[in-house]
Amino acid sequence: MNHITRKATRHISQNEGLIFEKSSPGKAAWKLPPLDVPEVDTAKLLGKQERKDLGNMPEVSEIEIIRHFTRLSTWNYAIDLGMYPLGSCTMKYNPRVNEFVARVEGLANGHPYQAEKISQGALRIMKTLSDCLLEITGMDAITLQPAAGAHGELTGLLLVRAYHQSKGNARKKILIPDSAHGTNPATAATVGYAVENLKSNDRGMVDVAALAAQMNEDVAALMVTNPNTLGVFEQEIDKIAELMHAKGGLLYMDGANMNALVGKARPGDFGVDLMHLNLHKTFSTPHGGGGPGSGPVAVKKMLAPFLPTPVVITKPDGTLGFEYNRPQSVGRVRAFYGNFGMFIRALAYIFANGPDGLRQTTEDAVLNANYIRKGLEGVYDLPYATPSMHEVVFSDKVQSKKGVKTMDLAKRLIDYGFHPYTTAFPLIVHGALMIEPTESEPKEELDLFIEAMKSIAEEVEEDPQFVLDAPHNTRISRLDETAAARKPVLRWKPENA
Amino acid sequence: MLQAIGIRSVDELFSPIPAQYRLTRDLAIPRQMAESEIVDWFKQRAKENGEGYASFLGAGAYFHYRPVVIDALVQRGEFLTSYTPYQAESAQGTLQAIFEFQTMVSELTGMDLANASMYDGSTGAAEAVMMAVRITGRHTAVIARNLHPEYREVLNTYATHQAIPLQTVSFTDAGQINLRELEKAVNDDTACVLIQSPNFFGTLEDVEAIAEIAHKHGALLIVSIAEAVSLGIIEPPRTADIVAMEAQSFGVPLGFGGPYCGVLATKEKFVRQMPGRLAGQAFDKNGKRGFVLTLATREQHIRREKATSNICTNQALVALMVNIFMTVYGKIGLRELAKQNLAKTAYAVDQFNKHAKVLFAGAPRFNEFVVQTSEDPYAINSRLLGHKMVGGLPMKKFYPELGNAALWCCTELTTRSMIDTAVGLVAESERSVRSMKEVEEVAL
Repeated sequence: MNHITRKATRHISQNEGLIFEKSSPGKAAWKLPPLDVPEVDTAKLLGKQERKDLGNMPEVSEIEIIRHFTRLSTWNYAIDLGMYPLGSCTMKYNPRVNEFVARVEGLANGHPYQAEKISQGALRIMKTLSDCLLEITGMDAITLQPAAGAHGELTGLLLVRAYHQSKGNARKKILIPDSAHGTNPATAATVGYAVENLKSNDRGMVDVAALAAQMNEDVAALMVTNPNTLGVFEQEIDKIAELMHAKGGLLYMDGANMNALVGKARPGDFGVDLMHLNLHKTFSTPHGGGGPGSGPVAVKKMLAPFLPTPVVITKPDGTLGFEYNRPQSVGRVRAFYGNFGMFIRALAYIFANGPDGLRQTTEDAVLNANYIRKGLEGVYDLPYATPSMHEVVFSDKVQSKKGVKTMDLAKRLIDYGFHPYTTAFPLIVHGALMIEPTESEPKEELDLFIEAMKSIAEEVEEDPQFVLDAPHNTRISRLDETAAARKPVLRWKPENA
Repeated sequence: MLQAIGIRSVDELFSPIPAQYRLTRDLAIPRQMAESEIVDWFKQRAKENGEGYASFLGAGAYFHYRPVVIDALVQRGEFLTSYTPYQAESAQGTLQAIFEFQTMVSELTGMDLANASMYDGSTGAAEAVMMAVRITGRHTAVIARNLHPEYREVLNTYATHQAIPLQTVSFTDAGQINLRELEKAVNDDTACVLIQSPNFFGTLEDVEAIAEIAHKHGALLIVSIAEAVSLGIIEPPRTADIVAMEAQSFGVPLGFGGPYCGVLATKEKFVRQMPGRLAGQAFDKNGKRGFVLTLATREQHIRREKATSNICTNQALVALMVNIFMTVYGKIGLRELAKQNLAKTAYAVDQFNKHAKVLFAGAPRFNEFVVQTSEDPYAINSRLLGHKMVGGLPMKKFYPELGNAALWCCTELTTRSMIDTAVGLVAESERSVRSMKEVEEVAL
């Protein structure tokens, strides 16, 4: 060890095989109540469709299951263990009260098709959350149906298409800045639009002159992330909106970075026509190792008729219900009403904060990012000097002279007890280190992080190979991903099979 | 911290936002609440939400028992509060769990491979159709009318903008897809046939016969499975090319419709056209086994507009619930569980048949069935509500041709006394309609 880390230390870590390797006939973790109706002859009922064997499904006991998953869990890094500075992912604390209220019986066991009369609680949650999100974004109407951010983008672009179609021409392409997340172009393609790249200027913002040149009647919309993936607020956002609107185009905002704006500025006020939110980023619903998310789409009035069916409405008698009769709707994007469990959690978060708390949250998120920026300035290259909002993007320019790249630095950061920042994104920064601390981090954790990053920079100077070989303290060292992709093994099979 | 940064107030940090767009007032949202108030508010909402009602609803969302170890384990912060496992060394727990999930889903569906999850069964089915279009290079799809109506709606939304014309094939008196009509619908431009089995009426399809028709014309067969528990006792669709499953039945709360857990499974040769994340085995320099996300060149963060799908976030934590459920029940328990579902349903069908008409008698079914009554099922259901019971799903909205019909579901949690009470109320309704008719006839 070159440097001493204050946050992490080596610790006993249990080995654990695959569950299939522990299975043996006769072990069981389940018990069914005695059957209160007559037994059935399955062969008679099902004929040739009866399944006789479930193949290699495991047979294990309950303590083995508990140990298995508990041991596996200890091999994960998590927000609960420390700062998780993934840029644009907004890894903030996931309050436990959210989990508690999502499991209250009447909500957890509510069936999506139960009569509206006995669904007023769920409808009220959807309505209240919708109202809050509309106020936060400054928009007019909303759908909660999309299951994730990319699904929200898809819904948004369907709305864009339906809107233009209603005017007689769906238009051909979507403009996307070169700093955008990969889901933006992938979504445009899914909706049948061509993608046209928009270059950023030397301040890391949309090049307004380039936009003016590229904008024409073929362009359906511009998808802009604001603050963008450099953590920079698009200062000319109103000019961008004007340029789009002048030629009948729409301004779509990817709300991935909304954590920099809540309570401080509203996209609806600065010309955005539609946007999606990520409840799993800004509104504290847990990432859960990759999902579930929730990606509501909020729109201005002229787009409201096109929202997916159904929408929540207040009936003349004051009760809530679903409205299905929407002739101009783009249709459904998901069965039922969306990831309702995430609505509960997001609303609980909004309640826990209130107007003052949400503003404070945003201020703390921006403050924390700028504190890190200051702490690491001069140690790592800052490709854009433009002020940072909730995240800061450095590059590996200095360290790569010694052959150490952003991914190597990230792997070494694991040894210091942190999750890596986002590496190699946005694409407009060569060797990017994208750092988003969120408001959740106390100064002490930020200081440990800055100290770790400085220490790694020193290690690069003293012994670059040591950093290139990182991580050193994990259960496994770097895995050969190339070999894994060449001959993919995507499931377990018994050895003698 | 302000001092360290070299500013006087936090407001300076927001100066990049043009002044006219900076919010100078409080957001008009409810005031900050204490934890006790939050809990109380949601408990009140739960009371207005059918708390304590016994239910016969299925139709793509099933009420099965959830072993308590599921929530005990998924609430471990290391699972709950971690991100997508892009950094493999910091996420071996999630990655190995996904690998086991992929294995068990493959075993159960009879496919070679499965992905790490999709949003849900409806979007999974739509993604499967787009996958079939990519594989075959063909541009139309044939869809069973007894596929979940909301799945069809979602598919319609996706297909419209992918320029994939959809043709719908109706069902027979046995509730199964009409094979003769199917035969006519499939041609050399058909990318895939998409069916559901057990289908929306709870009836099993003759998957082999359908596969034969599809394959004869070079089309792929996609089988959507909405009730995963059926896989414990029903032969999986081994002749299918893609299985698009909704795994909610495996330990995921009903939760008013989500989050659920879609998953795609397929043949090995199609894996590079499959959307969604995949975990694969890998080794480190010391030869130690581990797992990584692999075949990422299919995905949007690498391929951008050329990706197989725009999907990014999936349903990882829900997939973990499914994973734990499959592990708890395992090879034997899953079969016993499915058998109980089958027995409860068979009993209920017998009882309902005594007083009303259970449709689609000609084919085997799993745990759902359609009951036709003389009276409007909405009226019957509102009487059931008085007994704190939620009756079957009225089908008029989706299948007007079935008239006064409702889709009922029984699981291992449906008790005999629940069934008897519901059947009693339906019988009463039939009797009163009959006596009304008699009165009318006498009056004539």
